[in-house]
Amino acid sequence: MEMVIFFILAVLAVVAGIAVVAQRSAVRSALFLLLNFCSLAGLYILLNAQFVAMVQIILYAGAVVVLFLFVVMLLGMERAEESPDTRRYQAVAGGLLAVLLLGGVVWALVLAGTGTASATATAGSVRSIGAALVGDFAVPFELASVVLLVAIVGAVVLAKAKLEE
Amino acid sequence: MEISLPTFDFLVVAPEIVVLITALLVMVVDMVIGREQKGRLAWVALVGVLAAGALSYYLWDGSDPALHDMLAADGYALFLNLAILVAAALAILFSLEYTGRVGLAQGEYYTLLLLSTAGMMLMAAAINLMTIFLALEILSISLYVLVGLNRAERRSAEAALKYFVLGAFASGFLLYGMALIYGQAGTTSLAGIRAAVQAGGEPSALLLVGLGLMIAGFGFKVALVPFQMWTPDVYQGAPTSVTAFMSVGAKVAGFAALGRVALYAFGDLQGDWRWVLAVLSALTMTVGNLAALRQANLKRMLAYSSIAHAGYALAGLAAGNAQGTSGLLFYLFAYAFMNAGAFAIIIAAGRFEGATGGGETLDDFAGLAARKPGLAVAMALFMLSLAGVPPLAGFLAKLYVFGAAVRGGLIWLAVFGVVNSVISAYYYLRVVVSMYMREGRPAAVPAPVCAGLQVGVALAAVAIVLLGLWPGPIVDLARVAALALLGG
Repeated sequence: MEMVIFFILAVLAVVAGIAVVAQRSAVRSALFLLLNFCSLAGLYILLNAQFVAMVQIILYAGAVVVLFLFVVMLLGMERAEESPDTRRYQAVAGGLLAVLLLGGVVWALVLAGTGTASATATAGSVRSIGAALVGDFAVPFELASVVLLVAIVGAVVLAKAKLEE
Repeated sequence: MEISLPTFDFLVVAPEIVVLITALLVMVVDMVIGREQKGRLAWVALVGVLAAGALSYYLWDGSDPALHDMLAADGYALFLNLAILVAAALAILFSLEYTGRVGLAQGEYYTLLLLSTAGMMLMAAAINLMTIFLALEILSISLYVLVGLNRAERRSAEAALKYFVLGAFASGFLLYGMALIYGQAGTTSLAGIRAAVQAGGEPSALLLVGLGLMIAGFGFKVALVPFQMWTPDVYQGAPTSVTAFMSVGAKVAGFAALGRVALYAFGDLQGDWRWVLAVLSALTMTVGNLAALRQANLKRMLAYSSIAHAGYALAGLAAGNAQGTSGLLFYLFAYAFMNAGAFAIIIAAGRFEGATGGGETLDDFAGLAARKPGLAVAMALFMLSLAGVPPLAGFLAKLYVFGAAVRGGLIWLAVFGVVNSVISAYYYLRVVVSMYMREGRPAAVPAPVCAGLQVGVALAAVAIVLLGLWPGPIVDLARVAALALLGG
């Protein structure tokens, strides 16, 4: 059963990934990216990393893709056809880098060996991460909230249209 | 699985909490009071800063408590708290009239000033790579915004962007270094890293590269050569009261964390990092001083001078001994008064009629002694102290760090420092000469100087004289603080 779900999700992720770069319309690319993120989230759940899966959905699928779509639509760059890409070396360089990355990943996996690491039941669970956040890492957690506060105040004051006289 | 909630000893970080709460309070008060009363926000902020200073002093009983291996309230942190809070208090006094004149949004200004102060204090207290990074981001992000707060001035926005982009780059270096160190030591706690360094005989390349990247990251924050490119533009473009604050606060915080990482976590690898810091120190003071010689704009000149002073202070760290550490701490404390004070005079000079350069050029200072004798005396004191003329605080500070460098076997570095001090005297004295020996414009009518600024300048001037003549109490405190770090 697990294997079946894995293969469905894996194929979906790869197909969506290829579609992201193959699409000419930027909006469609972003939507395929969404599909890719969601299938990855499914894979994370299979690996017992529920928290990472939730973060994947909330941050990547939710926030990042929406941000992409906003930018694409606001700037009116829905279609890329209008500016035909004449720089061939970009495609060549991209292909080379992709092969290099694949080689690196395969090499690392071969080095690591094929032994199965037993996925601990609690390592990536929401519970263990929650315990770490309120336990050992409570102080950095609180400090991170101050960082966010600073960012909010800063963004508001810089983005204010006009100073009140 | 049972989740155990940790106990918090809030007293350990009480000064930081007070500053943070004051920042929130300023925001709330800003909403309720009328537009004409915004000036009162400064007093709210000032009370918070003074309360935090009193708490820091009160907490200092030698017990050196720590919170979860993340933050410590040891003598080192508390001493640096005092220097940071001095800078914050002076900056608030200098801002009273300036914020209204330039048209800065006062509520946000004081909020960000306090948040940045809290970030600096947290950085001094941080004993874990995680808290160091978070504190650095708190102080940096608020400074980026403060630098760009003057919406009417294009240079302010340019400075903010420059500072932000390069600052983000430096944060990247720092994080990369932290990641490498974590990868080798397996912990982010400085105590754990110290143990890992002591355990392994030959230091691994990962640790050394990590430390090097961290030095680069902190070097950016305190403006060491070759990470100083941003300094003149940012110091010149930022609102002057912000420059006064950040030129001191960011340096103190950066040195605080650098000192903890180098002297404590990597204390056993002194042989590997001392020469790096010594070379950086010599480079920094030389480049800073040579560039300052050619500046006509005082804010720019003081920016280069602050680079040179980062070099002098670094000599104390490069010495690698207890004298050097306490010398560095004394240096930062004295520097807070003299540097912030010098910027305050520029703020005051900006109001003079006929100040064509916005109070920032040497010409605006011509004949200041005849028009505003009090300000001129104070400015002369700040300049002489920055140059290191006895018996002022700046002289003793240099004496301590160079003396420590000699004891640490870095005689060449001390010689470099002394030669540099002589070079720097030229551009500091040029200001004094301009004030006392040149004729001012006849039309230049002195404008009244804000009382708060006068008080701040007077306090700073008295402090550098007292620190120079009677340094005993502060030197003793600095010695205790250094021992808290080095564990002697």
